[in-house]
Amino acid sequence: MRPLDPRLLRHAQSTKRFLVMTVVIGVLTAAMVIVQAFVLARIIVAGFQQEASLASQRGPILVLAAVVIARAVLAWATEAAGHASSAQAKSELRSAVLAHSVRLGPVWLAGTRSGELTTLCTRGVDALDGYYARYLPQLVLAIIVPVSVIIAIATQDLLSAVLVAVTLPLIPLFMALIGRFTRRQVDRQWSSLSALSGHFLDVVAGLPTLKAFGRAKSQTTSIAQVGDEYRRTTMGVLRVSFLSSLVLELLAMLSVAVIAVAIGLRLVNGSLLLTAGLTVLLLAPEAYLPIRLVGQYFHAAAEGVGAAERMLTVLETPLPMTGLRLDIPDLRSTEIVVANVTVGYPDRPTPALHDQSLVIGPGLVTAIAGDNGAGKSTLMALLMGFVAPVAGGVDLRHPDGSTVCLADLDPDAWRSQVAYLPQSPYLGAGSVADAVRLGSPAATDGDVRRALAAAGLDLADADVLRTLPAGLDTLVGEGGVGLSAGQVRRVALARTLCRDAPLVLLDEPTSALDGTTERVVVEAVAALRRAGRTVVVVAHRPALLLAADVVILLEPIGPAEPADDGDPEVDALALGANAASAAPWTERA
Amino acid sequence: MTRAAWTGTRSPFRRALASLQPVRGELVGAALLGASATLCAIGLLGVSGWLISRASQMPPVLTLGVAIVAVRAFGLGRGFFRYAERLVSHDAVFRALTDVRVAVWSRLEVLAPQGLAGFRRGDLLARMVADVDSVQDLALRVVLPISTAVLAGGVSVAVTWWLLPAAGAVLAVVLLLGATVVPWVTAASGGLAETHSARARGELSAQVRELLHGAPDLIACGAAPAALAAATVTDDALTGLSRRSAWTAGLGSGLGVLLAGTAVIGALVAALPAVTDGRLDGVNLAVVVLLPLAAYESIVGLPAAALAFVRVRASAERLAEIVDTPDPVGEPTNAGLLPAGRDLRLRGVTARWGATGDQVLLGIDLDLAAGSRTAVVGTSGAGKSTLVSVLVRFVDYAGSVTLGGMELRDLEADDVRSLVGLCAQDAHVFDSTVAENLRLASPGADDAILLDVLARVGLADLVGSLPQGLDSPVGEHGSRLSGGQRRRLVLARSLLADPEILVLDEPTEHLDEETAAELSADLLDLTRGRTTLIVSHRLRGLEAMDEIVVLEGGVIAERGDHAALLARNQVYAGRWWQEHEQHEALALAAQRGWSRDHKDENP
Repeated sequence: MRPLDPRLLRHAQSTKRFLVMTVVIGVLTAAMVIVQAFVLARIIVAGFQQEASLASQRGPILVLAAVVIARAVLAWATEAAGHASSAQAKSELRSAVLAHSVRLGPVWLAGTRSGELTTLCTRGVDALDGYYARYLPQLVLAIIVPVSVIIAIATQDLLSAVLVAVTLPLIPLFMALIGRFTRRQVDRQWSSLSALSGHFLDVVAGLPTLKAFGRAKSQTTSIAQVGDEYRRTTMGVLRVSFLSSLVLELLAMLSVAVIAVAIGLRLVNGSLLLTAGLTVLLLAPEAYLPIRLVGQYFHAAAEGVGAAERMLTVLETPLPMTGLRLDIPDLRSTEIVVANVTVGYPDRPTPALHDQSLVIGPGLVTAIAGDNGAGKSTLMALLMGFVAPVAGGVDLRHPDGSTVCLADLDPDAWRSQVAYLPQSPYLGAGSVADAVRLGSPAATDGDVRRALAAAGLDLADADVLRTLPAGLDTLVGEGGVGLSAGQVRRVALARTLCRDAPLVLLDEPTSALDGTTERVVVEAVAALRRAGRTVVVVAHRPALLLAADVVILLEPIGPAEPADDGDPEVDALALGANAASAAPWTERA
Repeated sequence: MTRAAWTGTRSPFRRALASLQPVRGELVGAALLGASATLCAIGLLGVSGWLISRASQMPPVLTLGVAIVAVRAFGLGRGFFRYAERLVSHDAVFRALTDVRVAVWSRLEVLAPQGLAGFRRGDLLARMVADVDSVQDLALRVVLPISTAVLAGGVSVAVTWWLLPAAGAVLAVVLLLGATVVPWVTAASGGLAETHSARARGELSAQVRELLHGAPDLIACGAAPAALAAATVTDDALTGLSRRSAWTAGLGSGLGVLLAGTAVIGALVAALPAVTDGRLDGVNLAVVVLLPLAAYESIVGLPAAALAFVRVRASAERLAEIVDTPDPVGEPTNAGLLPAGRDLRLRGVTARWGATGDQVLLGIDLDLAAGSRTAVVGTSGAGKSTLVSVLVRFVDYAGSVTLGGMELRDLEADDVRSLVGLCAQDAHVFDSTVAENLRLASPGADDAILLDVLARVGLADLVGSLPQGLDSPVGEHGSRLSGGQRRRLVLARSLLADPEILVLDEPTEHLDEETAAELSADLLDLTRGRTTLIVSHRLRGLEAMDEIVVLEGGVIAERGDHAALLARNQVYAGRWWQEHEQHEALALAAQRGWSRDHKDENP
């Protein structure tokens, strides 16, 4: 882990101001530490050697009190400033990440699991509090305070100053050496740790299955064994990773002890004064303290840096579509030519589309069919500009012969010409009318009703009104009435139909619909065709295939393509397993 | 021992504490080591203070010998004590953790799957696993810091008191304040900030979720910029609140520094007059003043302990919630022996999910004679899966279900499941090898048997093509297999278990038309001669079953064989013809080469 990622300074501007503030606080803190040691040593010497009365020491004690108050205020200010800066930095990072994620598009979001990203943008980024409020300021203090303290000690006793100045750099040096020697071992044990932690999750998720086979009770021993193995492996990691703090404590404490004994011996032979000796004894631990605290806050900081790093990785992911051209050809007469396109996903061994070529004629209904994993949805994503092909390209060929490359177009301008129904559409919280109007804000209530009717939700129908009791004003989505998957799809279809775009992309519009509604969809597709729109529809079911002018069959690539059967629980569980393996044990600070 | 720790009526937090009981010896040891480490730091400063003061009186060096050795020992001791404390405490905690896992597992085993219906979602499961892990925080971040603080703080006060009672009293008061007020302020200011921003946080979280989950729709509709702007407004509000609450955030740290300084000044005020009037030897003045400076370190871990306490308590409560869920299925007090007969007979069976859930089955009469094959069809929500759960004793029932004349509820649930094998809709594929997933059903089966059963479900080619054959890993949730391969693998597992009565819940779910048809055809061959119940919302492929039962809204709407049901021309016939037409149309389209000109047919 780098102590301060320069990218953080770039993406979270408020960090710079905070660093300046921290340096100021650090200098003041160092000054107070030194003043406190000088004053305290002098009061003790006065009390011991001159048996000074309390009254005679009133002045110095008041100074001491003032120093204590100042140090308390500085400690408070460090954390308060840290939290304020952290809030600002979190907001800057969050806004940037959200904006960039949306530009990266749904395919990327599906790959990175939007659930994980949601957590990262809200709770996950809170880990930065520990980084800003404690770690960064301590890092600054760990430079300013020891240097100032060594100088102060040098004014009292040069030998002690040299001792501190020699031992202090040994601490980071030894820690780095230990870190290097043990990293491979720790890494190896880490991976077996995540495997163990994943095992428990796997077994819990499969409990009903184990029970059905009468194997659940016997798993108790296995869990105990795995737990024991977990403990042994973890202890192996800890024995090594605790070593660095052992070295840290040992060097810091032993140096103070050596300095104390050396001062004592020189006091005996009279080569040093008590005041100087006591001042050095009070100052020496203060030189090591900030470095020890850095070590203590390291763990909390690592979490924060981890969260920040994940956000920065998002920010540095290249966009799939970066064109700038705003002159979109007239799609009512333009052919869309997919030429030798290959699309791959980083987490899959085989490409989702391989050397695929096809032509989508204007004004026609083109159906895309094929088995699970044949790349149907990928083709839709390609046409939406959600994925970039690794080879080949999509061209828009005008009848006059001019050709425009899809990749050169501005993504927003292109998508304004397209109406798209995703495979699993999402209804945000709001009314039915809001949901339908999402893609066509200017649509009248009449337009919305017509679109709903065309999607099989005729508000004049008594059955439909039972589902949507308040008509257009019925609240749907989160906090609204519960709609079945089929009903959500119909509302989303209405949204797509309401959008007046020349190219219409429908990804499985009839899945989760019964036969009657399926006929409605088929009729809607026919109506789009009559209106001269170009329709591309992904279809499993025959009724829709029969309604198409052209059916294109995609063949799956590779023998064991993992089928994307849209089981959300599987995704959630997989995510859970990752989340759990990220923190199988925690070190005590 | 620990199994009992998580049940009972004690508060969740006490139960969590009790789970540390078996390792209390180790934890006491760790506390002593931790206190020793802290006392080394305190001793180092105290003895050094005395050493320097005494040395300034220029005594013979020999008289300083003990102090010099002590200073060096303290300097060495701290690091080693701390290292030992960490190892001992972590080892103890992991032992306790294993016991808690086993205890929670034993309880989950009883509850699953019905009692866990509310916890089945992935994130909740992950949460639960993390909650079990949080028991380690209870020991490492709550119990040990408090024990160490009490031990080390107590010894410091005692030593100071012995030197000068007044200074000891001052130190005791400061440490008590630091141990109570500072953690309270830290926890309270943290909690206050949390409460203030909870609403904005919730709102932002909802907006972000909506923005990211709804991204395809929002982008496609050009509505993403507006949604981003809305999120920014909420973000600004939240940031404003956080900035305002930041000023309370450092109060705990500030107070801690103030108290540590107060201890030193208090010691000076008490000790200076004591030296003047001879109650305190001047040599010890430095000790009395420096001890408090170091002693405050013994309680610096307490604010973090207060925060950890809140977290651990919440985890313990969530775990207790699971553990306290009532048993979903009552076990008989005097379980009967399994009867010889194998006929399953249901009469007036009603059932519901959970104690308060709606009735899902409303009086089912059904006979599954030995050797007969029955299909239960119906739309989702008709009660098909509940019926299956009744038969394998995952759900309690009212009415009568008899197996060979014996009432199911009078038999051990495990015994029932040894006869009635379930291949569930969501049957889990473990993150292991093909062989291990199969051997779950029959631990002693050799490779030949496994290959044979794989061949029967049509997976022989797949296993043959895998480089490691039977020992190939299938990935998390079987992710390296296709949907069809997964279904076939779990089917093979059920066949391998060779139950006398086989229940298949939605065997073709999540499969595309063609794969589903193939699997249905294979199923007919595989179940010949075995008592079989197939539950499905798809009608095609079930035509050869002895009886087809149409379930609707928890009651049987129609029953009979395929021919009889078609002749009735009611619900079943309507749906079957619809599926049939689609299938024919698909075949037709395939025949025509998938591409044709629409206009020819529909002028």
